[in-house]
Amino acid sequence: MKYTKEHEWLRVEGDLVVVGITEHAATQLGDVVFVELPEVETQVAGGDEVCVIESVKAASDILAPIDGEIVAVNEKLVDSPSLVNEDPMGAAWFFKLKVDDLSVLDQFMDEDEYQDLIG
Amino acid sequence: MADLEEPELLHLGLEALHEALGGKMVPFAGYLMPVQYPDGVLKEHLHTRSAAGLFDVSHMGQVILRPRGSMEELKLAFEALMPVDVLGLAEGQQRYGLFTNDAGGILDDLMFTNRGDHLYVVVNAACKAADIAHMTAGMPGVSVEPVMDRALLALQGPAAEAALEAVVPGVAAMRFMDHRVFGDIWVSRSGYTGEDGFEVSVPEAQAEGFARKLLAQPGVAPIGLGARDSLRLEAGLCLYGHDIDTTTSPVEANLVWAIQKARKAGGAREGGFPGAARILKELAEGPERLRVGLRPEGRAPMREGVELFAEDGTPVGRVTSGGFGPSVNAPIAMGYVARAHANTGTTLMGEVRGKRLPVTVAELPFQPTTYKR
Repeated sequence: MKYTKEHEWLRVEGDLVVVGITEHAATQLGDVVFVELPEVETQVAGGDEVCVIESVKAASDILAPIDGEIVAVNEKLVDSPSLVNEDPMGAAWFFKLKVDDLSVLDQFMDEDEYQDLIG
Repeated sequence: MADLEEPELLHLGLEALHEALGGKMVPFAGYLMPVQYPDGVLKEHLHTRSAAGLFDVSHMGQVILRPRGSMEELKLAFEALMPVDVLGLAEGQQRYGLFTNDAGGILDDLMFTNRGDHLYVVVNAACKAADIAHMTAGMPGVSVEPVMDRALLALQGPAAEAALEAVVPGVAAMRFMDHRVFGDIWVSRSGYTGEDGFEVSVPEAQAEGFARKLLAQPGVAPIGLGARDSLRLEAGLCLYGHDIDTTTSPVEANLVWAIQKARKAGGAREGGFPGAARILKELAEGPERLRVGLRPEGRAPMREGVELFAEDGTPVGRVTSGGFGPSVNAPIAMGYVARAHANTGTTLMGEVRGKRLPVTVAELPFQPTTYKR
């Protein structure tokens, strides 16, 4: 598992990268009440705003961590946004990206580095 | 940037208790206040509706108005600041009031109580200094005395009556908007959540012990400002500085119920308050715009600032408060809409992140109130 400084986690699944938000981010957001997902088959660039999350407090964006194509989105989050608070690191993944070269993930933090960031 | 001076935050008497309860403290209206506790806004909101929530609202301004002449002179002086019937308020009763300006806008909204030989007033935290100056300048025959040594707690929800009765015997006999004094404890049967409940003024020295006694009662949990906001939004209640301000008149704000007959055209004391020309005209002819409830059709919340359009694209208004209503389990909002588009059931479009999404004008409140009348 890799982590971004925007509090996203990245997990490799075959040749895809699964993206979600960390437990720390979910706690900071508070109760999530709305999730807007991107269209599948969208080409995105690293830093693009691809999802919207609204909590009881405010709206925030999820950024594409790297360039790639969105090949799957987690429709469950649309009907059950609270899944983001209940299981942020597991069932509440947001989207899967197809990337040319998985070595681009090397630039991101590992677990220990991320814990230092939020510590 | 490091040299930017931040205004000094004011600290209130129950801060240690909030921290002991795990409250997340944030700046609010110049005070450090708990926005939520570990349960979070959603659970705190639902808990208040199903059991009882204890809110610290000590940042609000408590003020005593004491007559230098007769009580009647005081009441008439207070009436000169508001389009509200003060003279007709019986002893031991509380009423909602509004300070208006000469343009008919709202300077603040407040609660006032007839306590026999004086009036007790509770005003918004952010407006309290201006309100005290306004009352002092506007009522030369009245002693305006800020109450500096009292905490203010609100206990709201279906379990509030039993919980407070256990600590202050006698409160269960009170009805909505009754006010009674129990020794040092001042109790009003009122609140700002739409639930039955009480607001209790307690000497600061006793406040923590009093709050802890309430928290020990069945069903009572501490609730932060986050849930207070979603509760009042569901109840269709205005937040000063958002849903009402110096540009909105009480008629536009749909607060006509707060203007009693005595102050309206043909009433015993018609007019005679700041902005009467505009307010009486709007009462007679209807306002140009109206505060309404709004229900987004999708799941996306429409928050303060969202612009509203008619279906043909004409701009018709703006959201002034909005978010997610945990009890109605849907996004809800309030805003001002041109009168032609303000009828319940009208479909409008709200612009969220560049997209225009359908939203329906709805009746207020979103959540039925449970006041004990």
